[in-house]
Amino acid sequence: MTGSAADGTRGSGGPAPGGYDLAVIGAGPTGLAAAVTAADSGLSVVLIDASERPGGQYFRHAAPGLAPRGNPVHHKRATFAALSARLAAHVRGGRITRLPRRHVWTAEESGPAAGPERWTLRHVPVDGAPAAPTPADGIRVTRARCLLLATGAYERQLPFPGWTLPGVVAAGGAQAILKDSGALPGRRIVVAGSGPLLLAVAVSLAEAGADIPVLAEAASYTGYAGRLGVLARNPAKAVEGARLAADLLRYRIRPRTRSAVVRAHGTDRVEAVTLATLDRDWRPVAGTEVRIACDALAVGHGLVPQLELAVALGCTLRTAPDGTPAVEADDQQRTDIAGLWAAGESTGIGGVELALLEGRSAALSVAAALHGSVRGRGPRAATARQRRFADLMASVHRPGAHWPQWVTQDTEICRCEEVTAHELRQAHELGARDARSAKLLTRAGMGWCQGRLCETAVTCLAAGGDGSAPLAPARRPLSCPVSLQDLAESAPASGPGPATTSGTPGTSGSPAL
Amino acid sequence: MDLVVIGAGVVGAACAYYAAQAGLSVAVVDRGPVAGGTSGAGEGNLLVSDKEPGPELELARTSLRLWSDLAQVLPADIEFEAKGGLVVAEDGEQLSALREFAAAQARSGVTVEEVGPGGLHDREPHLAPGLAGGFHYPEDAQVQPARAAARLLECAGRAGARLFLGEEVTAVTTTPEGRVSGVRTARRRLLTGAVVNAAGTWAGRIAELAGSYLPVQPRRGFVLVTEPLPPLVRHKVYAAGYVADVASGDAGLQTSPVVEGTPAGPVLIGASRERVGFDRRISAEAVQRLAAAATGLFPVLAQVRVLRVYCGFRPYLPDHLPAIGPDPYVPGLFHACGHEGAGIGLAPATGLAIARQLTGAATDFDVGPFDPGRLAEPAGVSPRNGN
Repeated sequence: MTGSAADGTRGSGGPAPGGYDLAVIGAGPTGLAAAVTAADSGLSVVLIDASERPGGQYFRHAAPGLAPRGNPVHHKRATFAALSARLAAHVRGGRITRLPRRHVWTAEESGPAAGPERWTLRHVPVDGAPAAPTPADGIRVTRARCLLLATGAYERQLPFPGWTLPGVVAAGGAQAILKDSGALPGRRIVVAGSGPLLLAVAVSLAEAGADIPVLAEAASYTGYAGRLGVLARNPAKAVEGARLAADLLRYRIRPRTRSAVVRAHGTDRVEAVTLATLDRDWRPVAGTEVRIACDALAVGHGLVPQLELAVALGCTLRTAPDGTPAVEADDQQRTDIAGLWAAGESTGIGGVELALLEGRSAALSVAAALHGSVRGRGPRAATARQRRFADLMASVHRPGAHWPQWVTQDTEICRCEEVTAHELRQAHELGARDARSAKLLTRAGMGWCQGRLCETAVTCLAAGGDGSAPLAPARRPLSCPVSLQDLAESAPASGPGPATTSGTPGTSGSPAL
Repeated sequence: MDLVVIGAGVVGAACAYYAAQAGLSVAVVDRGPVAGGTSGAGEGNLLVSDKEPGPELELARTSLRLWSDLAQVLPADIEFEAKGGLVVAEDGEQLSALREFAAAQARSGVTVEEVGPGGLHDREPHLAPGLAGGFHYPEDAQVQPARAAARLLECAGRAGARLFLGEEVTAVTTTPEGRVSGVRTARRRLLTGAVVNAAGTWAGRIAELAGSYLPVQPRRGFVLVTEPLPPLVRHKVYAAGYVADVASGDAGLQTSPVVEGTPAGPVLIGASRERVGFDRRISAEAVQRLAAAATGLFPVLAQVRVLRVYCGFRPYLPDHLPAIGPDPYVPGLFHACGHEGAGIGLAPATGLAIARQLTGAATDFDVGPFDPGRLAEPAGVSPRNGN
């Protein structure tokens, strides 16, 4: 075995020869819970994440020296503190190796099931060279016996005229910036879209001093009422809801259901929005429009699981009740590929509590698979209960069939390639039926974000304007941009090799020429 | 209905286009969208440079003429561009092999010009130093294949052709005498005396549905797409090894660099070939080899980022020639498939040939070598005779 001495972030324990027991991709709530649980069970774990520090999107924290103002907008602080302490102890003890600031661009099955080298992960540093390079920054390849995808989610956006104006920001993004730096996107902020995240975002923004003239929720919360049993079996959710309701009341935030921002107004920046009432299929009702002045709009329509690696590996997927694709996992978070687990938002949007439970379940399942232990079946009953609640929420917030009616012909849908709704509707006329064929005909989704921002809208317009068309899993075999030099230097997976292999910058040759 | 075309890729679209132009009533059926298969997964090559003298080169030359005619008729967004190809050799041995190849092509009417090592950089300023020389093929061209297919179908539609997308063909029906009588989808039945199998890599399945046999197999290829760049690569540039890879029957992984710019800015990098079934999982080895070879040809690309990788499945027939013409067993069934990596380039001549065969008109080019009858069924497979 080679590589451990040069690694720099690995403790004295180190991985078993040939690789780690478990590689966890994503250090959000799921990945953190999984990594520390697996390490508690005696496994050697590598935890790979794109951020400098662990926590993911949910447990975000201010950069050093930038304290959030006002009340802490940090939720589940104690949970995060406890996970962080356990992580630190395991890193010191050599059970967990952290590889921060990495994008895993591909994962390959390269060995026998549960063999020492089943998984080969190739990764590149995020945004080039770090400020303070460590020897670990040269590592490009990691091998592990088991793999857990804890890749989280990104926000779903439905476009509307004016959504490209400065001052229109993603709801989750606005909260993230607030958590990172304490900055607000404006003083008077309309919050709009769909999903429970909006409530938390509105409260966070209000706590930080913003005026929230309206919170527009496109769905009708009466969808929950029909399923009160599910809510009753999830008292934690009821308590969370009650606390949020009290906060909304305290900041005089008026949630308006069955409403949507159908247009943002302004020239250099958003100055006002038009709010309209929606029917049950999200069709704006004529005559209900009201104009609301604001200097920012925080908008989001739920989350989409981040599935690049799962799709590339060929996992069986399901369409979640919110219309997004998610990894199909069993009650131990096993996928249908041997040696591959998935947990948290990648298996369907479910929130932080579920993510923590699933991360723990996955780790215990991995430990059982590797050690043959039967100890700790994991919190299966609680997980199943929470998953049912998540599916209920997802079905309530699935976009209605007629939201594309608020999209005008000149609304820009793909911002990277500047493709309008008109062009996409033409593409449908020419025979596009899905996001991929629409992309080939219009270039929508070919830019930097690779369609992450426009895929829902492109899918719906390509389907002839059906706003509830399910989102097909995007095939992005390369999960992030990678330089040709990095690709050229990624060593072949076959044959025995060290657990980790360093890239050798400056030796880009032309062996195949 | 005179004709049902199965497949809305570029070959099916060309068949529908020429048949509709000839006055036939046409329907096109596809289980997916327009260009949902291999047409949507390629670079849109219209090449003569990689073809040795013979029937495929003749078909490619005919097709290239038809493409430049079509470029006058179809909207400009098909991005027809006679950009020219540049084949480069890294050493003297490769260069003399290329020279011999080019001389034979020239005798068949291909325009080709030798470029000395000094001249390479006049044509492609960013090529690596130290190459032995190359050959320039000004006739090599490109189209945007998905739009080309969509626009051909649009024109066919104006001439009366009907398009049924998202409908999978579940049966090709025959008369008691064994003649084609129609096709069925989950939603409708289309009565016709002629079915054109333009299902590309999936054409073997259609042949089977109709009671015949066609040994089409997928030959997988990966393409790397970079971030948009200012014009760096002017031609389609490829290494001498590419020609040998195209002609090889090996199932294992072969890669040779093929590098070209696009009007929208990204640079496309191919080409890999391997027969591994319909496996969509990324091959890190294929990607690594393509990246290494491309930066070998164009060192300037080393720091350029690849935004995406996609794979496609070329429809491979064992002798590397397409199947164009009547099925040997089922009257009324025609094949227009198996073009491997050259389907975009060969589509118009294929479509024209099929339309002529259906109307009983003669072609001024020889389609005999593409007769599906040459692909005898293996022992043990006995095609159905009627039903």
